[in-house]
Amino acid sequence: MIPKSSRAVSTALTPEAIAASIASAETAASEPVARYALGLGDDALVLAHRLGEWIANAPELEEDVALGNIGLDLLGHARSFLTYAGSAWGRSEDDLAYFRGESDYRNRQLFEQPSGDFAHTIARQLFASAYFDALYRALQRSTDPTLAAIAAKATKEVDYHLDHSVQWLLRLGLGTAESHRRMQRGVDAMWPFVGELFSPEPEADAGGALEGVAVDPESLRAAFDELVPRLITDAGLAVPTIPFAWGGGREGRHTEALGPMLAEMQVLARAHPGVTW
Amino acid sequence: MVTPDDDPDGSGLRRFEELLASESRVEPTDWMPAAYRKTLIRQISQHAHSEIIGMQPEGNWITRAPSLKRKAILMAKVQDEAGHGLYLYSAAQTLGIDREEMFDQLITGRAKYSSIFNYTTPTWADMGSIGWLVDGAAICNQVPLCRASYGPYGRAMVRICKEESFHQRQGFEILLALMNGTEEQRAMAQESVNRWYAPALMMFGPPDEDSPNSKQSMAWNIKRFSNDELRQRFVDMLVPQAEILGITLPDPAIRWNDERGHYDFGELDWNEFYEVLAGRGPANTVRVSRRRTAHENGAWVREAARAYADKQAGASGASGASGGAIADAAVATATPAGAATGAAAERIAS
Repeated sequence: MIPKSSRAVSTALTPEAIAASIASAETAASEPVARYALGLGDDALVLAHRLGEWIANAPELEEDVALGNIGLDLLGHARSFLTYAGSAWGRSEDDLAYFRGESDYRNRQLFEQPSGDFAHTIARQLFASAYFDALYRALQRSTDPTLAAIAAKATKEVDYHLDHSVQWLLRLGLGTAESHRRMQRGVDAMWPFVGELFSPEPEADAGGALEGVAVDPESLRAAFDELVPRLITDAGLAVPTIPFAWGGGREGRHTEALGPMLAEMQVLARAHPGVTW
Repeated sequence: MVTPDDDPDGSGLRRFEELLASESRVEPTDWMPAAYRKTLIRQISQHAHSEIIGMQPEGNWITRAPSLKRKAILMAKVQDEAGHGLYLYSAAQTLGIDREEMFDQLITGRAKYSSIFNYTTPTWADMGSIGWLVDGAAICNQVPLCRASYGPYGRAMVRICKEESFHQRQGFEILLALMNGTEEQRAMAQESVNRWYAPALMMFGPPDEDSPNSKQSMAWNIKRFSNDELRQRFVDMLVPQAEILGITLPDPAIRWNDERGHYDFGELDWNEFYEVLAGRGPANTVRVSRRRTAHENGAWVREAARAYADKQAGASGASGASGGAIADAAVATATPAGAATGAAAERIAS
């Protein structure tokens, strides 16, 4: 028999519905699960925000639509993960998004990188989508029904995101000399932040509390390494040999890009704490 | 496509007049008077440009939206607007003008767009005012266009109106939340409505006696009601909604007129309207130059897409794909998103 919470969650796809199902089943996330969900939520939130910056600025109207659409999907994932994480602490998605400072954000550093030109954005999105694709496929098998349900919905969307990135990687890599040069620069600029994607989840180190619940990032590396360097090569580009950066986003250590981004994101909410919008 | 003058025996004109008389639709392959074609190209492309320029005042708040739900709704809405622009450019293209040409007219300042988007959005409440007042006025204007005599335009409008109604309701909800909030939030809402009310009323165009093109457009079944008729309809709709919001419309002359069965309202400052129209509004230069910058910064991307499509076509032995390569490449990419755009905003908020 399917437990009530799992049945509710699997059909409830909006963050509001997930919040309602958590409330009705009275099953809040445990502390380790919440911390894990917070990291995943921050990854999606920060990248969604970056994509939102493109709307009305894209090279073609179709890309205003496409980048906006991908951003919206990611924002949906973020809201679901943050709602679930917040259930452990009695905090809403908005409490978590708007009232945490830089050092309390848990996103990996790739997602906070500035959008740069279109090629930088495509490179960031390619790495992100390849990572999310492998992650969410695996997370669907999580023993935590809420995480599995969020991942099941996200997988379908990320499949499209990956396709979008791959098509543009090829067009830019194989298009003109100028686009080739810019695409290589984009790939090189984002590459240092790829390594961190596969570094351990801090919570998974703490006594195996997330056994069967979380996906071990190291286990995603093979799929990424099989796919991404091949795509880069297919686009006529060189796979970078640049070393990976230290990382540390999951511990709240960020690049200089996150602070200003949060300052902008949070300015209005912080000016009016405790109100409803 | 039939050329405008290609109607030696007058059968084209007779057929055109029959279509209008029977409230039927003129389709792209039908003969039509050159002036009808020209008017439609102007109107539909201006309408498309308005959607595209209209993304900016709201795009201004995407990165600062005060809750994640509002952020999602706003992103979806602006995405819908890009989609509306795409439908409308497609409709205009059936009349024999291409998108690049229309775009060029926009970024060189030769084409007009709705003057309302030359106003700025300094506060979050402006997201509510734009939805409630600006989209509300757009709906009053556009619902009759669903029956416009030119088929592709009418059909585009059916889809657009559905989404616009949804946006208007979202704008109303933003204001309602503010009016149910703190003193500061209520003040923010009122101040914003004070700024947007008159410009929204001016969206219907000048008073009927100063609107020389309206008569011909009405004879052609492009326009169905006069500017003043539509403006009246809008005010009649707004007043009860303002009461529900608990917000004041900044016009002391508004009162119910039993004899007319309508609300009376005060004179608008048409000087301001003509100033903005003449390019001296708060953001005219900014709006066009931002669009131009996006277009120029994206040139290398579009060139890459075209070069790639040409290479692919060459490699597979296909021929002559270069003309629409940019659009084709980009459309191929955007199709899944485009499919979802059927009320992206609705998808988020429901």
